[in-house]
Amino acid sequence: MRKKILIYFFLITLLLLFFIPLYVLFITSIKSTGEITSRTMWNLPKDPNIEGFVKAWGKLKGNLLNSFYLTIPATIFSAFLGSWNGYILSKWKFPGADIIFTLIMFGMFIPHQSILIPLVQVLNSIGLYGSMPGLILTHVVYGIPITTLIFRNYYSGVPDELIEAAKIDGANVFGTYYYVMLKIALPAFAVASVYQFSSIWNDFLFALIVTQSPRVQPITVALANLAGSYYVEWNTQMAGALLLTIPPLLVFIFLGRFFIRGLLAGSVKG
Amino acid sequence: MKQSSKERAIIILTVIPSIAGVAVFVYGFIGWTVVVSLSNWNGILPDYSFAGIRNFVEVFKNVRFIIDIFNNAFFSILFIGICVGAGLVLAIIVDQSVKGRDFFRNAFLFPMVISPVVTAVAWKWIFSPKTGINALINIFLLKIGVDHTVEFGWIISTIKLGPFNLALIPLTIAACWAFVGYIMAMYLAAIRGIPAELIESARVDGASERMIYWKIILPLLKPITLGAIIILGHISLRMFDLFFVMSGRGPGFITDFPSIFMYEATFRANRYGQGAAISLIMLAMVAVVIVPYLKISLRKGVAD
Repeated sequence: MRKKILIYFFLITLLLLFFIPLYVLFITSIKSTGEITSRTMWNLPKDPNIEGFVKAWGKLKGNLLNSFYLTIPATIFSAFLGSWNGYILSKWKFPGADIIFTLIMFGMFIPHQSILIPLVQVLNSIGLYGSMPGLILTHVVYGIPITTLIFRNYYSGVPDELIEAAKIDGANVFGTYYYVMLKIALPAFAVASVYQFSSIWNDFLFALIVTQSPRVQPITVALANLAGSYYVEWNTQMAGALLLTIPPLLVFIFLGRFFIRGLLAGSVKG
Repeated sequence: MKQSSKERAIIILTVIPSIAGVAVFVYGFIGWTVVVSLSNWNGILPDYSFAGIRNFVEVFKNVRFIIDIFNNAFFSILFIGICVGAGLVLAIIVDQSVKGRDFFRNAFLFPMVISPVVTAVAWKWIFSPKTGINALINIFLLKIGVDHTVEFGWIISTIKLGPFNLALIPLTIAACWAFVGYIMAMYLAAIRGIPAELIESARVDGASERMIYWKIILPLLKPITLGAIIILGHISLRMFDLFFVMSGRGPGFITDFPSIFMYEATFRANRYGQGAAISLIMLAMVAVVIVPYLKISLRKGVAD
């Protein structure tokens, strides 16, 4: 019993320390300009106000919207592409399918710096550089490895007999996908979508390189620009940071278990 | 699954767009970057004339790049060591808090959905000279009546211990904060995957809790540790966003990394050849870590 109490005490203490950055973000975002530079900068605000949020909203609302325009279509495309690839590479293996899968996996680990220069050249030559469709295309293509992995692992656990049965009933490769696999793949769709939503929403490097105009840039780049400017108050920066954090945090709170499975799929080979 | 040749042709046709996408955007682009790295393209306009390995030589001769390599090496070692050690300890403790397991796991994992840009903003405040920790210490000193203010630079501190820049410590703390929960979740999943009978039978044989951890659980976690080191290794070798927003290259490159150098050389200074060379050195370092891992995975996959 004493050991139990000790464990909980230790965990709660650690957790409080762990939440310091969130505490800092939160209290600073609702402080007035005067209070963030005073002796009370670690205290709870005496007179909470939304000045920081109003300013951050004014500067970032367009970019926040851009993040939705980017993340939603890119996540949907990504998930469907992965569901098809994973289905084929687990259930309709053709000669060399395993090697192709491994070669695709390598794409998950490369430092993206090593493809940025050609990426800009190619997007430029097909007229997508600097545009939202260009950024969506980038995320969909580089999302193929992880989504394929998630669905391949999931479908591997589906018994082959199910597909044999569908075949006997006259379904071909497309029919089996549509009538059997899609119906049972909802958890895998949740895993892939939640994972992709959070990684595309939070991405910074691709957005920084592919989009140049503030009118197109997602909120990560816009917030980094705010944070790099000496004229922007801490309360505005922190309020902006919270605006950026709310959507993926909500996804995590409500669909966290799918996110965790996506994370583990990306690390532990299933 | 058995398939006719017509079926097989259709199947292959449907995955070709994805395979071609990866072939072009990953392998084709890497090849293209190799060509750029061997060219004279160090201005705004592309110039693909052959320069041999001159860009690589220049990069390695550059003091900035040498500092970057040291910074990245120190950062990687600290980051991997702390995340693996703390992640394992956390996993064991969280695993014992039977009722709170899921809650604590999720609570330590949430930084994984927080953008590195946000992580950088929060930790930058904590480790800036005029705010955060310094302010906390100074407020405390004032309260106890000590007439002294701390003005340590943290992320802009140029103090070094040999080749180790102290300014890397705040960056390491921020990065560990972001990733330790992930490693904990990996260990936790593995601990829960250990068959209960195994632990039960050891208990029946009279093994103490400590013995069970040392003799049964920890040895079974070895593959997870290897996986964690590989994952963290490749993350630490390509990390950009957190560094770029939290500190940038810093005074005298104290917080510079190859990823920041690559970005600035390529997209700010238009030195494409050099940027390509840096990115390929980064790729080579990541490949050393990843390729053996993928080979093992492939072999395992075939054996299944």
